[in-house]
Amino acid sequence: MNSIGIVTPQTLHVQTPLEMVSGSVLPQYDLAYETYGTLNADKSNALLICHALSGNHHVAGYYEGDKNPGWWDRYIGPGKPIDTDRFFVVCSNNLGGCHGSTGPTSINPETGDIYGPDFPIVTCKDWVNSQNKLREHLGIDAWAAVIGGSMGGMQVLQWTIDYPDRIKHAIVIASAPKLSAQNIAFNEVARRAIMTDPEFHDGRFIAHQTTPKRGLALARMLGHLTYLSDDLMGTKFGRELREGKLNYNFDVEFQVESYLRYQGEKFATKQNFDANTYLLMTKALDYFDPAADFDDDLSKAMARATAKFLVIAFTTDWRFSPQRSHEIVKALLDNDADVTYAQIDSQHGHDAFLLPNEHYEGVFRAYMSRIAQDLMASPVEKEAS
Amino acid sequence: MTPISPEFKLIAKWIKKQARVLDLGCGDGQLLNYLKSECQTTGYGMEIDPQKNIRAIEAGINVIQSNLNSHDICDYFDEDSFDYVIMTQALQVVRRPDILLDQMLSIGKESIITFPNFGYWKNRAQLLFGGRMPQNEALPNTWYDTPNIHLCTFKDFEELCEDKGIEVVDRTVVDRHHETTFLMTFAPNWLGEVALYRIKRKD
Repeated sequence: MNSIGIVTPQTLHVQTPLEMVSGSVLPQYDLAYETYGTLNADKSNALLICHALSGNHHVAGYYEGDKNPGWWDRYIGPGKPIDTDRFFVVCSNNLGGCHGSTGPTSINPETGDIYGPDFPIVTCKDWVNSQNKLREHLGIDAWAAVIGGSMGGMQVLQWTIDYPDRIKHAIVIASAPKLSAQNIAFNEVARRAIMTDPEFHDGRFIAHQTTPKRGLALARMLGHLTYLSDDLMGTKFGRELREGKLNYNFDVEFQVESYLRYQGEKFATKQNFDANTYLLMTKALDYFDPAADFDDDLSKAMARATAKFLVIAFTTDWRFSPQRSHEIVKALLDNDADVTYAQIDSQHGHDAFLLPNEHYEGVFRAYMSRIAQDLMASPVEKEAS
Repeated sequence: MTPISPEFKLIAKWIKKQARVLDLGCGDGQLLNYLKSECQTTGYGMEIDPQKNIRAIEAGINVIQSNLNSHDICDYFDEDSFDYVIMTQALQVVRRPDILLDQMLSIGKESIITFPNFGYWKNRAQLLFGGRMPQNEALPNTWYDTPNIHLCTFKDFEELCEDKGIEVVDRTVVDRHHETTFLMTFAPNWLGEVALYRIKRKD
């Protein structure tokens, strides 16, 4: 498959204070970001990718010396659905993250110490406001599209409501207009796992030169579980045993146990994900509810949006089921908005949005071509008018 | 580009300019695009088939992927959301055409429906003389492998409309080439192969 090759992250230093939804103010902050492709002369071909909970700005291509590409490399690159020959692709690491943007592992300029648990609570709205600074910095009048899956999809929705003039197309994948009680409950268990780890030290684990690895691994195991479908786990592991026989003890016996432990371990140690970031991201998910500012009426909230929408859901996704996407679609239809909805048959659960799938790719490619055609058509329109 | 089906041309004659249209089973979106260019309509298509969905997206259609059998279209749309709810050659494949008709006329002010006539003389002849389920150009499938689970005649359809308090505003009966002959006006249920109906709720 075509790859965009070696990529290098950049950093934007924002000196304007960010007033956050929580009431806190970030006096200054950094946004780590990557770009692929070329911005055209009238700067109309820019796409913003919003990442999900454990994602970051390294969406596609490879870092020098790294064997693994960015997390959405399958869908971004020359000739891929998000075609870097046509589009200029931008993705930034969310504030509160741990991969370069200002977050709990950064130095608090007011104290000179690491933020740790003192990093203010961030929300989707704050992220969008910070991403808007990046848009201004890049000199982009409006994104040709803002695209995101899961928590990324929530940022896309927020963009359409908060900056309707700055986004032409919105692509919302495997997402939801707010979390359900069950979603929040899963997040709470994940948070408890981290916060009750003796190595957590009230969030000041870096100062204690340790990390709450066990808590973080548990949180990841739980999260990972919600990304997979029952069907898939059945096909992938079933009741397969690691040693081919039952040992009647509490060691890892079933393959599925081994797999989950591996995922948790990898996240907590190799990926070195910051536990405070994990807490912040799950909180941002819990708080997301754009309808709340509009009498709890999502249709009213979406009335502000002027973008054209593509909404995609996956049949076996039970974290954000197709029903949750229907809520978004219904709110858009109530406003007679331009919306296309695709429900993709996949056995991969929530994770499906990252994986290969013929129908998904077909829909994605077709819609992106439409955006590209709109771009080609618009200069002519301008001349005509 | 594929030529515009004569059926679509007949439908377009009934559509007011700038109408809001929903096309159930919109396929690759050809009808909606034709109506957009001829009548400046706006609206949506609904389609279950993934490949047709992709082609509809390519064609620039706002298409909602949905199964008309398991999904209530009233969940998506409020009453009188559309000037026309159209369904071409699909009435006979849905699980409950009677319920769908009610829903169509709830979310639309009028509906346009086209379907093959099971009462066409060749169908009758095949059953009467051949003693077998009709299989021909208009109904190419075998009885055991067919999407057409609710075939009906023009008479059947009109009777259902009558029972439901639905008014037939307009009807065009044609042969498979979408042409009409003088004789058809006398014995449509014998000689017509396809019918186009425009219906609405009786006030």
